[in-house]
Amino acid sequence: MKENKKNRRDFLNTCFRFAAGAGIVGIAGVLAVKSQKGDFLWQLDPTKCTQCGRCATSCVVTPSAVKCIHVYDMCGYCDLCGGYFRPNVKKLSTGAENQLCPTGAIKRSYVEDPFFKYEIIDELCIGCGKCVKGCGAFGNGSLQLQVSHDLCVNCNHCAIARDCPSDAFSRVPIEQAYKFAGFKSNKKI
Amino acid sequence: MKKSLVFISLLIVFVGTQFAAFSQQQRFPKPEFESGYTQPVTSMPVPSSGMFALLDVLVLIAALSLITWFILKKRSRTGVVAVSIFSILYFGFFREGCVCSVGSVQNVVLALFNPGYHIPLSALAFFVIPLAYTLFFGRTFCAGVCPLGAVQDVFLMRPVTLKKWLQKALGLIPYIYLGLSILYAATATDFIICRYDPFVGIFRFNATFFMFAIGAAFLLISIFIARPYCRFFCPYGVILNLVSRVSKNHLTITPSNCIQCKLCESSCPLDAINKPVEVKQMEDKRSATRRFILLSLIIPALMVVGGWTGANFHENLAKVNSKVRLADEMLHFDSKTMNESLEIVGFRTSGKPVKQLYLEASEIVKQFYYGGWILGAFIGLIIGLALSGLSTYRYREDYTPDKGNCVSCARCLKYCPVEKD
Repeated sequence: MKENKKNRRDFLNTCFRFAAGAGIVGIAGVLAVKSQKGDFLWQLDPTKCTQCGRCATSCVVTPSAVKCIHVYDMCGYCDLCGGYFRPNVKKLSTGAENQLCPTGAIKRSYVEDPFFKYEIIDELCIGCGKCVKGCGAFGNGSLQLQVSHDLCVNCNHCAIARDCPSDAFSRVPIEQAYKFAGFKSNKKI
Repeated sequence: MKKSLVFISLLIVFVGTQFAAFSQQQRFPKPEFESGYTQPVTSMPVPSSGMFALLDVLVLIAALSLITWFILKKRSRTGVVAVSIFSILYFGFFREGCVCSVGSVQNVVLALFNPGYHIPLSALAFFVIPLAYTLFFGRTFCAGVCPLGAVQDVFLMRPVTLKKWLQKALGLIPYIYLGLSILYAATATDFIICRYDPFVGIFRFNATFFMFAIGAAFLLISIFIARPYCRFFCPYGVILNLVSRVSKNHLTITPSNCIQCKLCESSCPLDAINKPVEVKQMEDKRSATRRFILLSLIIPALMVVGGWTGANFHENLAKVNSKVRLADEMLHFDSKTMNESLEIVGFRTSGKPVKQLYLEASEIVKQFYYGGWILGAFIGLIIGLALSGLSTYRYREDYTPDKGNCVSCARCLKYCPVEKD
């Protein structure tokens, strides 16, 4: 009697084990086939971005994986750069008191009269978007926020996407990693 | 010529402040440089390669195999501790707690419910591989491969036994947590397991004070109460618990026949050792039948009550969704007394019609209505099953690990004096 009972329990256990195994294999199979369709990553759509500044604080990476990227093709090389200078500056010089960027991440260098080149020093940029806002308001909008993919850890659920008030973050196929507004990149990754 | 250009630019700049729409156009043409200036290339860094993802999966398999060997063959607690420390260092501090199996539940759910989401293979592997090991060898993943479990296990110094009823009651939390995280992942609302991970902030050294306080509290508690997160919160533990119950080769306290020396009795800090029942009793037929009828009435009743309650709460549950929250805010926005929030400003700039937002939000709320029913019914079922578990009687001859609750930490093995045959 006892032997019999034990066998029954073992038999049920085996049945459940096979059911669980089949379930795991089934789910894994379906999802594995689906995941073959390619890698996805998080991307910031600058046409939707309102430069609220949350990219600087919400990212799990410090400093943020969102950086200002300069689209040189669109830059007007202005002497009075809306992205570089604070409003109402006294002098158009590289003095820290004149700069809009809170970390001094924009390097301004003279090219030729009256043009100046603006470069972003990636290590200093925190992705606050202040320069982007300035450039968009007064200039061509060549400074744009983008997810810098060498830094992005591609979270399950992007912490910035959750906090973004303008729904600018979405998951896109890896081929469309970067999206610049008003400029088509020919480069494929 | 150039001076006049600058003048015009300045003019446009000042005019431009008044006309935001105008700013969308390219105002200043790119100059043609005479000094032979070469324009730098716009930087577009390549995504970091999937090397680490593959390495992580390999390390996971290696660590799981090793710890399983330590537990089932070598029966060595020292080995488990060694793997635990490795996991804390590698999966915890080095990989900063990402990818983790506990969170991968949400990826799987999102991938199942959302056709647009392709789960990364590594996340899928982190979900499936520990499950497969658990199916064959018990919860060896929990024992020391999961960095969350390992860090609590290492902190355990003076284990205190909790009252049985308290354990049962707290043991319901992981099911609710799992249900909620599935609901939020399925509606693509949020990944709450990742958001409220107690240790990830400590692993990354960048926790906010609140997050650090929770993590530190868990670690302090785990000095006295074994693995508070694993037992009373971990949603992945729920799944492993169920799978482990039917595992093929679970850890056994004695390597051969138990001599009933009772030394292992209090060795388990998780209270996962089932003590033998001295006398074999049979429940009389009438009370057994009555119990069966009562339970078969109570469990569906609990499910209906739970479902109804969940459905009534669906609007509150849906408020976590950002779209629903925005729609709610827009609906109650009063421009006279309130300042526009960043969300409202963002929505206005997008130029999307408000009606569309309301439609989308109501669609999500509807999903939460059905989700609320299912979640509530699930919680009702779990409570019902817990009740039935309390009232069933099972005869045991030996000290055996409770296959569900045992995390195979191998502490009990040290206490058993029986040598291998």
